[in-house]
Amino acid sequence: MAELTEAAFDCRVEQSRVHLEPRGRWTVDTLSVLERGIAGIKIPSDARLIDIDLAALKELDTAGAWLLARSEVGWRARGLKTAYSNVTAKHRVLLDEVAGHPLQELPRPQQMGSITRLLDDTGRTVIGAGDDVVRVVSFLGASVAALARAVARPRRLRFTSVIHHMEHTGLRAVGIIGLMSFLIGGIIAQQGAFQLRRFGAELFAVDLVGILVLRELGVLMTAIMFAGRSGSAFTAELGAMKMREEIDAMRIIGLDPIETLIVPRLIALIVALPMVTFMSDMLALVGAGVVAKFYIGMSPTAFIERLRDGIGMNTFLVGLFKAPFMALVIGLIACVEGLKVTGSAESLGRQTTASVVKAIFMVIVLDALFAMFLSAVNW
Amino acid sequence: MRATDGAGPSDAVIRVRGLTVGFGTQVVLEDLDIDVYRGEVLGVVGASGSGKSVLLRSIVGLLPRWAGTVEVYGKDLSQLGRRERIEIERHWGVLFQDGALFSSLTVTQNIQVPMREHLKLPQKLMDELAALRLSMVGLPLDAGAKFPAELSGGMRKRAGLARALALDPEIVFLDEPTSGLDPIGAAEFDDLVGKLQQTLGLTVFMVTHDLDSLYAICNRIAVLGEGHVLVSGDLKTMLAFEHPWVAAYFKGPRARGAVEA
Repeated sequence: MAELTEAAFDCRVEQSRVHLEPRGRWTVDTLSVLERGIAGIKIPSDARLIDIDLAALKELDTAGAWLLARSEVGWRARGLKTAYSNVTAKHRVLLDEVAGHPLQELPRPQQMGSITRLLDDTGRTVIGAGDDVVRVVSFLGASVAALARAVARPRRLRFTSVIHHMEHTGLRAVGIIGLMSFLIGGIIAQQGAFQLRRFGAELFAVDLVGILVLRELGVLMTAIMFAGRSGSAFTAELGAMKMREEIDAMRIIGLDPIETLIVPRLIALIVALPMVTFMSDMLALVGAGVVAKFYIGMSPTAFIERLRDGIGMNTFLVGLFKAPFMALVIGLIACVEGLKVTGSAESLGRQTTASVVKAIFMVIVLDALFAMFLSAVNW
Repeated sequence: MRATDGAGPSDAVIRVRGLTVGFGTQVVLEDLDIDVYRGEVLGVVGASGSGKSVLLRSIVGLLPRWAGTVEVYGKDLSQLGRRERIEIERHWGVLFQDGALFSSLTVTQNIQVPMREHLKLPQKLMDELAALRLSMVGLPLDAGAKFPAELSGGMRKRAGLARALALDPEIVFLDEPTSGLDPIGAAEFDDLVGKLQQTLGLTVFMVTHDLDSLYAICNRIAVLGEGHVLVSGDLKTMLAFEHPWVAAYFKGPRARGAVEA
């Protein structure tokens, strides 16, 4: 960067006059060097006048001009006068332009102390959580009302949209969720058999897999996968539509966004999640059966008989019964978060993350509530 | 219209030759030649879809070229290494249609992005420069602390211009700078561009639909159509040119309004 060294200035002191001669390129890339240089000039206390000679100045831009203008303001505050000489017309224009914009301090954002900020954050989070509850509940109400209207006049239900979302949330998730369930079923069977072998109770591994998968894991894993796949997609779709004012446009045209965007998504989730859960249950059992065959040496017929003896129908139904509720929670959270998106790209990312995290958390909370309720009613 | 001060064909800062650009099988620009002279304001007009924005984007290198060369300061952009290219790019600023401000940064931070990326300046100096830029484009200082989403369309354009000017560029590309502004705001923006162009000695390449802008600040006009430059020159050339679209554009009722204004 040889060019950078070209920018400099000479400074001579003659009694009460200071001669300043800028040389070379006074531009934005030489600015930081020049600024330090200018700040380092020692001006004697008896100086009266600063004479700025621009004869040797090759190039000037607004940044360089501004450095001169700003220094001038500082000198004038100390009672010094400034005079320019050998100013070309081009430089004159720049100097005048910059002098027309007085030195101003940018308003600083208010800094809070760390304790204040902690309290402030905590307060905002609590209020935000309260707002979330209100929003989700009011959203649930609006959706149920829209659903009731749709039931009263089925033509209002966007059937195509429902099918479209069912394909994307349900059908396209079948592969990955099936594979995952198959593996988890196998792993639980293997671990169960391995641990129970010490007590000579290998056969009970089948009961273990059956209860665990049908009652809890099948639906839970599927719901978590749905929250990650479809919940994030819903939030991002709705958020992007919100950002581009598409949702406002729909309102103006007289389309109810809840009816056209939210209800089809909720219905698709509520229908698809139990279906995929059922598939997940079955594939987990298949995985367990495969492990039973090769690890315990139990024939498939024996495996199925053991399963039928050890597990009641209610265990299977309990798992499926939870699915639509989890779907509703995932859908509501995803849509609420999507509609919270504001103008910036950052907020889209933030709400999508929030949507997935909150949905997974609420699914687990819901599962815990169901576990308490169902054991209380002895199911 | 203002007279071009001493600029002539010998003084082209941007020289485009044989430019061909398209998407898929569709050719948008075909064998297009255009020059931009030092210190001029070139207005590029054309029907919607005639490839004005495509031309701008392929000159600054956002779109791949199928054929042709783009020379900036006599250097062929495709022949330059990364460093030389960055050096050239530092000398131009682009104002995108809706400002294209980074939505997660405040206006001040937006203006400081190019400075942070290319220069090592102390924060205080950058703050002062940002304040100067804000003031130059006519934004109040408190707009600096706001996020782009909190600004009106006109203010976003001004903020985008301030960012384009952050490094004191010599060439400024403006993509429809007055679209979406009210006539008064558009006229003010024209004045601003004209004033900055004169004080900073900028070369301006402006894609526009706005006849008022053409009359107010452009030295030269280039009309795009059928994939190339139909005609370029001053307003008299435009009025004398026999082409249905050009005639309709410059002699239509809106054009008469702009002349009278």
